Amino acid sequence: MPQTQAYEAPRTLADAVRLLSTDGHARPLAGGTDLLVQSRATQKLPSTFVDLKRIPELVGIEVGPDGLRLGAATSAAVICEHAEARRLWPGLVEAIGLLGSTQIQGRASVGGNLCNGSPAADTTCSLIVNRARGVIAGAKGERTVEVERFTTGPGRTVLEPGDLLVALVVPRPAARTADAYLRLIPRSEMDIAAAGAAASVTLDERGVCTAARVAIGAVAPTALLVPAAADALIGSRLDDAALRRAADAASAAARPIDDKRGTAVYRKTVVGVLTRRAAGIAAERARARP
Amino acid sequence: MTVHVRTTINAEPQEFLCEPGETLLEALRSRLGLTGTKEGCATGDCGACSVLLDGRLVPACLVLAAEVSGREVLTVEGVATGDTLHPVQQKFLEHAALQCGVCTPGFVVAAKALLDHNDDPTEEQVRYWLAGNLCRCTGYDKIVRAVLDAAADMRGVTV
Amino acid sequence: MSTATKTFEHVGTRPIRHDGLDKVTGRANYGADYALPGMLHGYVVRSPHAHARIVSIDTSAAEAMAGVKAVVTGSDIPKTNAKLVMGEAALDLGAMGDNALAHDKALYEGHAVAAVAATSPEIASAAAEAIRVVYEPLQPVMNVDQALAPDALILHDGMVTKGRPKPDAPTRTNVALRMELTRGDLDKGFAGADVVIERTFTTPMVHQGYIEPHACVARWGEDGQVVVWTSTQGHFVVRDCCAGILGIDAARIKVIPSEIGGGFGGKIPVYLEPVAIALARKAHRPVKLVMSREDVFRASGPTSGTKIRVKLGAKKDGSFVAASASLYYEAGAYAGSPAGAGAMCAIAAYDIPNFLVEAYDIVVNRPKVAAYRAPGAPAAAFAVESVVDEVARRLGKDPIELRLQNAVREGDQAAYGPEFGPIGLREVLEAARCHPHWKAPLVPQPGRKVGRGVACGFWFNAGLNSSATVSLSADGSANVVTGNPDIGGTRVAQALMVSEELGIPVERVRPIVADTDSIGYNDVTGGSRVCYATGMAVIEAARDAQAQLRARAAKIWDVPVEQVGWERGRAIALNGASGREPLTVSELAAKLMHTGGPIIGSATVNAPMAGPAFGAHICDLEVDEDTGVSRVVRYTVVQDVGKAVHPSYVEGQMQGGASQGIGWALNEEYVYDAEGHLQNPGFLDYRMPVASDLPMIDTVIIEVANPLHPYGVRGVGEVPIVPPLAAVANAMHDATRVRFTALPLSPPRVLAALKQRG
Repeated sequence: MPQTQAYEAPRTLADAVRLLSTDGHARPLAGGTDLLVQSRATQKLPSTFVDLKRIPELVGIEVGPDGLRLGAATSAAVICEHAEARRLWPGLVEAIGLLGSTQIQGRASVGGNLCNGSPAADTTCSLIVNRARGVIAGAKGERTVEVERFTTGPGRTVLEPGDLLVALVVPRPAARTADAYLRLIPRSEMDIAAAGAAASVTLDERGVCTAARVAIGAVAPTALLVPAAADALIGSRLDDAALRRAADAASAAARPIDDKRGTAVYRKTVVGVLTRRAAGIAAERARARP
Repeated sequence: MTVHVRTTINAEPQEFLCEPGETLLEALRSRLGLTGTKEGCATGDCGACSVLLDGRLVPACLVLAAEVSGREVLTVEGVATGDTLHPVQQKFLEHAALQCGVCTPGFVVAAKALLDHNDDPTEEQVRYWLAGNLCRCTGYDKIVRAVLDAAADMRGVTV
Repeated sequence: MSTATKTFEHVGTRPIRHDGLDKVTGRANYGADYALPGMLHGYVVRSPHAHARIVSIDTSAAEAMAGVKAVVTGSDIPKTNAKLVMGEAALDLGAMGDNALAHDKALYEGHAVAAVAATSPEIASAAAEAIRVVYEPLQPVMNVDQALAPDALILHDGMVTKGRPKPDAPTRTNVALRMELTRGDLDKGFAGADVVIERTFTTPMVHQGYIEPHACVARWGEDGQVVVWTSTQGHFVVRDCCAGILGIDAARIKVIPSEIGGGFGGKIPVYLEPVAIALARKAHRPVKLVMSREDVFRASGPTSGTKIRVKLGAKKDGSFVAASASLYYEAGAYAGSPAGAGAMCAIAAYDIPNFLVEAYDIVVNRPKVAAYRAPGAPAAAFAVESVVDEVARRLGKDPIELRLQNAVREGDQAAYGPEFGPIGLREVLEAARCHPHWKAPLVPQPGRKVGRGVACGFWFNAGLNSSATVSLSADGSANVVTGNPDIGGTRVAQALMVSEELGIPVERVRPIVADTDSIGYNDVTGGSRVCYATGMAVIEAARDAQAQLRARAAKIWDVPVEQVGWERGRAIALNGASGREPLTVSELAAKLMHTGGPIIGSATVNAPMAGPAFGAHICDLEVDEDTGVSRVVRYTVVQDVGKAVHPSYVEGQMQGGASQGIGWALNEEYVYDAEGHLQNPGFLDYRMPVASDLPMIDTVIIEVANPLHPYGVRGVGEVPIVPPLAAVANAMHDATRVRFTALPLSPPRVLAALKQRG
């Protein structure tokens, strides 16, 4: 196996972008919980590890009037300790809290989870329903991409060679808006999702749903935004019948495969169950909000 | 290109050379002789290599050795204070919370990390916090009891 | 509850284990923790094919690389037909050697075909990649159905079915062994039954899942003396296997056991050791070999996947009248599944007048199975105890009552042959019936179903051979030395036995596991035998030391030794010598050098028999019927252990065995694709239970003394993995009314069955 030649820990975004764009085999390192495992399993070690955690823009969490800004390399543990983020985006922060064990939480980042491009990534669905955008720096400058467009297939993203995901920005939720995320794993912890579902709902003062977004994971080559499931919720009081219609829409949208983590039939069924339950939890949360 | 690392391990300054792709786990075990940190999987799935990095619980198999420059690492060898065991270590002994003992260093470090910021965890909190530490011998019962008892001990309560 | 009459002063207490401090501080050395000056790092080349002929191996490019010091292949391991007798079993050294480095065929994905030793792990792995192996891939045979098909590819040319093959059995076969147990008249028995249940069950191949991967260091001296440091359940067996495989005198090999990070039977065979020795011999340098976790899953010994058909007939009153069972066990790549043991355990708990139990040992293109805690019994118990549960429901009987009604008792002839001595099955079942768990109401969480199941389990336990010495120091402290690696607290148990015999406080007794040069022969740590058989050796050695101490007292008092007794750690004067103050061990020890010199008590035992043991488990399981996800919410283990020497570690065995069984029942399995590639060779997707998957596990220790042991010990480690598979499945049935006949009860399987049930 070819050996890694260098470890770099640039202090500026510009330096990181330069390192990544001049060497096609260099790889950005955030928590390393996917990168190190995969490079060992495939025996494809990068030529250079570009450690992002000493770049100020890449680490940290800020909640401001416009919403949330997550440095792409911020560890899950740091995010989960942020009380204001937990309060405003409980579903998103719970999803981030599901990334692996306590040990993994100390390393894994949302940016890494997204860039890994797994259809089963726990954070993607929650980012999508919260209308998150990724801020990308590259040799040609900065651009932003909606998270639902970020992943293009298993292990594939919109990132071009030399591009770097710098941060994720999430707009502040509207009044009476809340989110939730649920995943299905056989054990209580330490598994990759066999299916996942996130929902965000907005209620009017009478409790009628005026806006909703539903996204499902691990049931297609990428996480899917399911407008039909959202449509089933909008205009309802998020009663059982509406939740069931959303569940059916989610199951219908799912295009899963058979693998060691579950059968296609199973995934199609449970993604509906998860959608129903996640939307129900989001509804409860929204009702409790001013 | 060999990397020169200056760091602090178990409150002592340490300096070593490592390969750029080498993990902290490999460096601790092979270069520094700190074999208390165990390798059970090298994929972050078993917790046997748990260490604290700047006080944060991490799997040493998924940290590059080069990353710890200028930072503080605590391994199982640094958990006791001189001859005085940490309450978690003492309670593991009293509760027979180990059988083969190979997962024990990881559990000790992880449990210490829990009690560092929560000295009154519930049984459920202990179980979820330690879900990344596999033990195949005990069924976890005595481990969970030992951690709860250590917490009580640290609060000055007798259970 | 205790039927033991002997009272103890030390045995039955819970002191801190002597090796504990090193383990909580990280100082204890395990297999991978050893390093020697000049040590090389080895790397094993493994077959990517599940079944392939090895056409050629070209090692020249690897050997030419800078830093590469040795390369070995199957040609460095002599082919042999030698067997190593171990108790009633014999280890096939030819198969073990071929498994360590394949000679002609790769028989499973991960089968070792070559190995290299180099000055760094990186060079070793690069050199391994440079080794060119040409394979001729063959169709893999992945399960018992494929292996038994009329047109099945034969793994081993010339395999003949040993034991009692059926008269019409084919001559070219993958069946290594067929055995049967029979009694009475089966047809007549079933004809007299009011209820007959017949079902076919399957269980997946599963791994012991010890956390420490296999690891060793070998050194070959210029004088031909070999030293091996290794993590093993039996260093004498490592020595004898390596000697037999490599054709070296056993006395020339010294094996030093490290602390062992779990084994459960899986660290009895040798995998790396003969390869490391062969590399060290070629390289003239010490060589270290360590398995990755992936290697452990792919290429060490899991336990058999099984297919088991069971038929049980009972009368309306509940009495069992006839049973038949056919057990088909995957052996992996070489003969040696625990099908026979499974057959012997299958109906051991019940008194059934008419039965026929047959077992088949079948080779398939999977790793060669190794022992796993009560090998063979859990799958058999899953099948039989599920059917017993069904009979109970059909007859409207309480499942514990039905088992009590049919339970074997002292004097019954066991289905597997011998007559039972005092056994504790009825005491166990009574205790389970009286336990608050059995009586507690079942209260499901909202949206969940909850059920309760019970099941029994049996294991023979083993005796075999052990040696021990007890040596006394002049300050009155003592060392107790044995040759059994301590996996779960046997050292502290041995120290307690010395305390009991000599009256020395347990913290002043140092228990030691010595290397093969430093203590007499000991069979492996396995078969739940260490506390029992090695314990007997320790007790005898301590009594030998005690006899010598009495002789010293006699000398000091100038009386005949017959007039010196022993009580609570002191020599006391008996009638005729009365009036003399008792002498403590410390007082006698202080005078050792003036009364005849050092004292070493020693003993060897050959314990052909052991104390059979039974357990009963109660499981409450909660199921989410929308997703099929289930969770054990309450669990109780009741077991007859004979005598609990250190109750905490006895409970630990019961809890640990139960949790392994729960994992087996719910999520663990080897997943292969059609080409025989393992899909889940890591902890992430193998899915052993984590702390948040389990509740506290209640234990009830029953002590029906085993008359074969001075304290009544039976052994504890294996029985607790036998009942959980059925206890969990019976609870699942109670919750869902679906009888699951295939494990694991993973969410997709459960949900599919619930949909079918409607």
